[in-house]
Amino acid sequence: MATAPHRRAGHPTTLAYLFLLLSQNIAALLLLPLIIISAVLTLTWVGLPFVILTGTLLRTLADSQRRTLAHLLPNPPTPSAYRPIPPAGITRRSATIITDPATWKDILWLISGAANIAIIAIPATLLAHGTFQLLFALGLTGPTLYGFYTPTTTLHQLLTLAPSALLLTLSYLLLPPATNLYLRFSHLLLSPSEKARLTARVAHLATSRANTIDTQTAEIRRIERDLHDGAQARLVALGMNLGMAEHIVEQDPQAARAMLTQARETTRHALTELRDLVRGIQPPVLVERGLHGAVHALALTHNLPITVTIDLHGRPADPVESAAYFAIAELLTNTAKHAHATHAWVHINHGRNRLVITITDNGTGGATPTPGSGLAGIRRRLDAFDGTMNTTSPPGGPTIVTLEIPCALSSPKTLPSSEKA
Amino acid sequence: MRVVIAEDLALLREGLIQLLQAHDFTVVAALDNGPDLHTALTEHKPDVAVVDVRLPPTFTDEGLQAAIAARTQIPGLPILVLSQHVEQLYARELLSDDTGGVGYLLKDRVFDVGQFIEAVRRVADGGTAMDPAVISQLLARQDQSGPLAQLTPREHEVLAEMAEGRSNSAIAGRLYITEKAVSKHINNIFTKLDLPPSSDDSRRVLAVLAYLNGQ
Repeated sequence: MATAPHRRAGHPTTLAYLFLLLSQNIAALLLLPLIIISAVLTLTWVGLPFVILTGTLLRTLADSQRRTLAHLLPNPPTPSAYRPIPPAGITRRSATIITDPATWKDILWLISGAANIAIIAIPATLLAHGTFQLLFALGLTGPTLYGFYTPTTTLHQLLTLAPSALLLTLSYLLLPPATNLYLRFSHLLLSPSEKARLTARVAHLATSRANTIDTQTAEIRRIERDLHDGAQARLVALGMNLGMAEHIVEQDPQAARAMLTQARETTRHALTELRDLVRGIQPPVLVERGLHGAVHALALTHNLPITVTIDLHGRPADPVESAAYFAIAELLTNTAKHAHATHAWVHINHGRNRLVITITDNGTGGATPTPGSGLAGIRRRLDAFDGTMNTTSPPGGPTIVTLEIPCALSSPKTLPSSEKA
Repeated sequence: MRVVIAEDLALLREGLIQLLQAHDFTVVAALDNGPDLHTALTEHKPDVAVVDVRLPPTFTDEGLQAAIAARTQIPGLPILVLSQHVEQLYARELLSDDTGGVGYLLKDRVFDVGQFIEAVRRVADGGTAMDPAVISQLLARQDQSGPLAQLTPREHEVLAEMAEGRSNSAIAGRLYITEKAVSKHINNIFTKLDLPPSSDDSRRVLAVLAYLNGQ
């Protein structure tokens, strides 16, 4: 499951991440020869494909370290801001990579990786020697320490406990500040310049704005068509019916009566259509009860049993509520249609200024957000709020979809609840 | 019969007043907002109230909230809730106190004056009036392999009619069968669903609704 980064990870977790970071640094250092070869080859035309290869590898590695850092450092996570590589053209692609200042910053990160490793190496070396001496003192290694010191009595052997204790204490004291320094240094080297960050942000905003406008236009067109072909047409028929009934009421009350009955039926149909249309624009229960009530109401009418747990202290802004509701509704519809599930779970909470929604089902999995699919549509609509969607859906299931939308909550009202529908 | 009406659209409010007065109801209060409704319900203690879900000042579910609040103060106070849309959630809340005298109908149901008046009377008498849309959703949601699958198509129809709140004679009239046949079907339904038999009509309906709601 794609969870929010752990800010206060436990010691074993921190250590595991630290090893991951170090191996990323080492992998990056191994890239150095490749980079030098590409640089030399670039003097001739042959080097350009190499530049694309090494450039992409470097970006991937740097991004993976950024993601790992996000698990250990407080907010915000180290952002990545590269100029997008054009889809085609060897010269254009390699030129983009070479001229992007972020590439050069990454190379600096790569080279400084050596210094970075050294920061951690100091307490690590102390720890290794301390442990080795401790084992020696306990008689668990050979008779000679470091190949020259051979104690003759047990007391002499136990004397090595003193330097061992000293080294172990030192390493224990040094490890946290060294880790801290290492993390900060890595963060500094991997943070994009303000200009690069803003450029990337502007590009993202332009795309998401265009998407928002497209989505809205399509939505308005759909509403227009539904009204035109539905309620509007029915009202015309209704008017005709009433007009004819009025015309013949004196001569043929029987026929007039039938027409009035028909008029009533037409009104009922028009109302049903309008009701469905309103539900698609903004479900009344969402207006009346907010996300809390609307999701419970949705679960009650769904074909599958759905367990809803909501822990929100207040309400998100209306547009966020609406986007979240429709995303949940669409995901649950997908579940009912494709997942062959027998149960689904919706969990909603709010933390670190994000609305976090998790939708899980016990179905067969295999859901992919391919372009043009419903999932991709949800992702595009959430993009307008800087929201994200993560799907985990291995073949055989389960499917877990996590939505995160940055937002604040208004009116501190406690609405914790857990209900099985 | 003394009735309180709460509806914020003047046109509809006047329509309801005329409709009910024409059928021998006395309208003791007709209001257009939630706070006034609550006062009217607790002060007048009407025989029945006809209430729109959405009312000013917040235009959310003020009417429903006022109805539920009044029923906690005066248990069993008969209230028929009208709405432009029906929600299982609201039906469940209205039924949750397990006393009769509640109704929940789409506004469209007013078109059929005879049936609407019958529903108001039923609620006033401590019965229930649930919209067919609520009942069909409840029935559709039941597990297809569960006890409900054992019902014959006819028993299914009788169950739906009963869940809406109709009496045996009304069901007999609508399905063109005898009252005796209706009560036989109802006995079968209660046996198949393993519900305790009851001679009281409204208790019986509440048991069925509770069963369908999975409570």
